[in-house]
This record gives sequence, C-alpha cells and structure tokens, in this order.
Amino acid sequence: MSSLLFDIPGPRARARHRIYTVISLLVLAALVGLAVRKLIQEGVLTSTVFNETFQNSNVRYLLEGLVGTLKAAALAIVGALILGMTLATARLSNHAWINLPARLIIEFFRAVPLVLLMIFLYFTFRSTLGGLGAVVAALMLYNGSVLAEVFRAGVNAVQSGQSDAAYALGMRKAQVMQLIMVPQAVRFMLPAIISQCVIVLKDTSLGYVIVYDEVVRRGRQVALVVNDGTILTYATIALVFITINYSLSKLAQYLERRLSQRGQQGGKIKVDEMSGGGA
Amino acid sequence: MQILIDNFSEIVDGFVVTLWLLLFAGLIAAVLGTVLVAMRVSPITVLRGAGTSYINVVRNTPLLLILFLFRDAFPKLGFNYSINNYFDFFFVAATVGLGLYAAAFVCEALRSGINSIPVGQAEAARAIGMSFGQTMRQVILPQAFRASVPPLVSTYIALAKNTSVALAIAVTEATFVMKKLTNDHPSERWWIFVGFAGGYILIVWVIALIGNVFERRGALAR
Repeated sequence: MSSLLFDIPGPRARARHRIYTVISLLVLAALVGLAVRKLIQEGVLTSTVFNETFQNSNVRYLLEGLVGTLKAAALAIVGALILGMTLATARLSNHAWINLPARLIIEFFRAVPLVLLMIFLYFTFRSTLGGLGAVVAALMLYNGSVLAEVFRAGVNAVQSGQSDAAYALGMRKAQVMQLIMVPQAVRFMLPAIISQCVIVLKDTSLGYVIVYDEVVRRGRQVALVVNDGTILTYATIALVFITINYSLSKLAQYLERRLSQRGQQGGKIKVDEMSGGGA
Repeated sequence: MQILIDNFSEIVDGFVVTLWLLLFAGLIAAVLGTVLVAMRVSPITVLRGAGTSYINVVRNTPLLLILFLFRDAFPKLGFNYSINNYFDFFFVAATVGLGLYAAAFVCEALRSGINSIPVGQAEAARAIGMSFGQTMRQVILPQAFRASVPPLVSTYIALAKNTSVALAIAVTEATFVMKKLTNDHPSERWWIFVGFAGGYILIVWVIALIGNVFERRGALAR
C-alpha cells in the first residue's frame, strides 16, 4: 500500500477503513441499483430488445464496420510511424533550415483538431483520397506529429554519455544516431507507440463526420433503427473498443516493466501527456 | 481571404460556442477529476477499484460514442435537459459528454503529479510531527499540483480540440461553421481551413500560456 499519502494503518485505522468500505460499497451498490432499475423500467433490458438488437444481420453489419475501423487504424498507424520517423529525423537535425520547418509542421498538426483536418482533406481532395484516404491522411498527419515528438523525446532520454562516448570514438552524427542512440531509444518508445495505437483506434470513429463507413457510424445506424436497443448497441460497441484498447494498454504496461528491468537508465515517455489522450 | 471577412460574425459565433463548451466541460472535468483522483489514491480498496474502472472504461471508449450515448440513448431514460435556446439540449449533451470524458484524463494528470513526489517528502513531514492535514496542505499537494501542470495543460488542450467532435451531434461550434462554409464555398477551402486552424491554434496557445504562468509561479528548486 502506498505510504506517500498515509502511514501503514494500525488497528484503529483499519477499523475505520472497514466502516468506510461498507459505506462506499452501499453507495456504489445504490448507484448501480438505481441505474439498473431505470433501465428495466424503461424496458430496454428485455430479451425481446436483446434479440432484436443482436439479430444476425445487425451483428454482421457491425462486424463489417469493425473491419473498416481496423483497416483505417492499421493504415494510419503505419503511415504515422513513417511520417513520425521522418519528422523526428528532421527535428533532430543540426541545420536550422531542416529543423525549423519540421518543428512548424509538428506544432501545426498537433494544435489543429482532427475533425477540422478530416473535413478539409475530404472536401478538398475528395476525388483522389475518398473517405478512407481522408481519414487515414488526417490520422497520419496528427499522430505522425505526436510520434515525432515521442521519438525525439526517446532519443533525448538516452544518457548523454552514450553520444559523448560515440563522438569521442570519432563517429559521425549519422553513425551516432543509427548505431548508438536509436537502438537504445526504441526501448523507451515502445510503450508510448502502443499507447498511440489506442488513440488512433479511438480516433478512427471521427471518420463519422465525413461519412467514412466504420463501426461507430454503423452502430448509430443500428441504434436508431432498433428503438429500445440504442443503449445496448452503444454499450456493445464501447465494450469492443474497451477490450481491444485495454489489452493494448496492458501490453504497453508489460513492455514498460520488462524494458525497465534491464537495468539501463533513461526517461519514461508518456504519450498521454503529449496528446492528451485523443478523442 | 475575403470569405473569412464576409463571414466574420458567424465564425466568431462559432468560436464563442467552442469556448463555452471548453469552459463548462472543463469545469465538470476539473471537479469530477479531483473526486476521481481522491478515490484512486484513497486507502479504501473499493473506492480505488471504482475509480480505476471509471478511468479504464472512459479512456478506452471513443469520445464520439459517448456523445452519441448522450444524444440518442439517455434522452430515453429521461436525460433531456436544456438551459435556454442558446444552451440547448445538444449543447448540454455535448458538454456533459466532453466533461465526463476529460475527467478521466484530468484524474490521470493529477495522479501522475502525486506519484512524482518522492516518499521521503511525506516521511520527513510526518517525522517532524506534522498532522495528516498539514502534510497534505503544506508538503504534498503544493508539489503535486506543480508537477501536474504540464499534463493538465495537455489535457485541456486536447479538450479544446475535442470540442470539435460536438459537431457530430449538431452543436453549432466553430468546426460546424467551418464545415458549412467549406461546403458552400469550394473555391475558398484553403483560406477557410487556414482561418479556422488559426483560431484553434490561438486557443491552444492561450491555454499553454496559462500553464506556463502556473508552472513558473510554482517553479522552486527541488
């Protein structure tokens, strides 16, 4: 138990905690009970609603939508990684004429809302990009810029003694980066990259505004048809997202623990703190 | 360029709605986020579990889905509020949805601040005889808040950008206006994009500036 905020509890504190536990359990149970009662009262938890919502055609329709979501997310992540590496390389350059434009691009795309970017790309380049292209391009530009900062932070998190030693051996900057810094930095970045995948997956849903066919859009179509099953439909889709994203987060945590056990020092890079967690 | 001048008042109206969303959702997120972080660091296992569950559910769900829940599903359960014609049902639904979503990130920002404090600080405070309240007020919370400022700034910047998602549930905020103009004036799309992007960059910049002030004010040698 954390000892920053409180001492290890003695017998009296433990007794008090037991009372608080009972009270908070009662409050939580009451809240859950009220919610469930409301759902039952409104008749959205009956087997008829359940069967209507999860009829085969609906399930297939939603699963096809999920394919659209995963496709956009996969393309966007690959694109964002490539763009991020390019921008990070430019950003780490010592030449101001490479460094500054990269910095401007990164700052611009990190500050502009994704929805705005998607709408602009879709309407302006509709004939070349199409729905999928606009979603992927917008996600790529935004997440590529975030990842560029992650990569840069990762390289900067490698102890400076490493690069000093490499320069002292007479290596050039490109060699120092390729042989010394980047291989070590990748370990700090991996958890952050996986966290970014969670954000990309969630943000594919923003394709809704430009009529891209993915699971949240299809979910809304289903939800508005199966009248009483609206909540059930949304809850199911949310559950799918939570399952995938929660597993990804756990994987990131596992990697973070594994990699920090190797005993080498360096900073931790938190992607949430760079992107605020996406939409 | 002309398009931005001709429609200036409409654009400003859009950004005003964006700022209202940011203000109200930001307040909800601040209050709920503080409650959540208190739950997450409390010694009561049940409360910790409840806080953690909230975070895991909300953080892993797309914001758009949460807004749809408030737009389509909760009215059926009686959640159907509006304040007046300006702050209509859609605005209230978007505000509450955004606030509940951002609260999870505010909680995590505050928690990372608390976690960044070395245990020795609390131990030292207790060792010189400070009570729990004194330890909190004078040693832990001031440092924790200071360390939370950078992630809190990111959270509020993300919230400012996320208000644009409200366009999907018919809130007439800035991106809603942008979409309409983009649709109506095909030849001016670049200017429209640059203009609106500039508006958002200004908001982001102001939030970052406020964060800088807080950070500098609290910057003490450790």
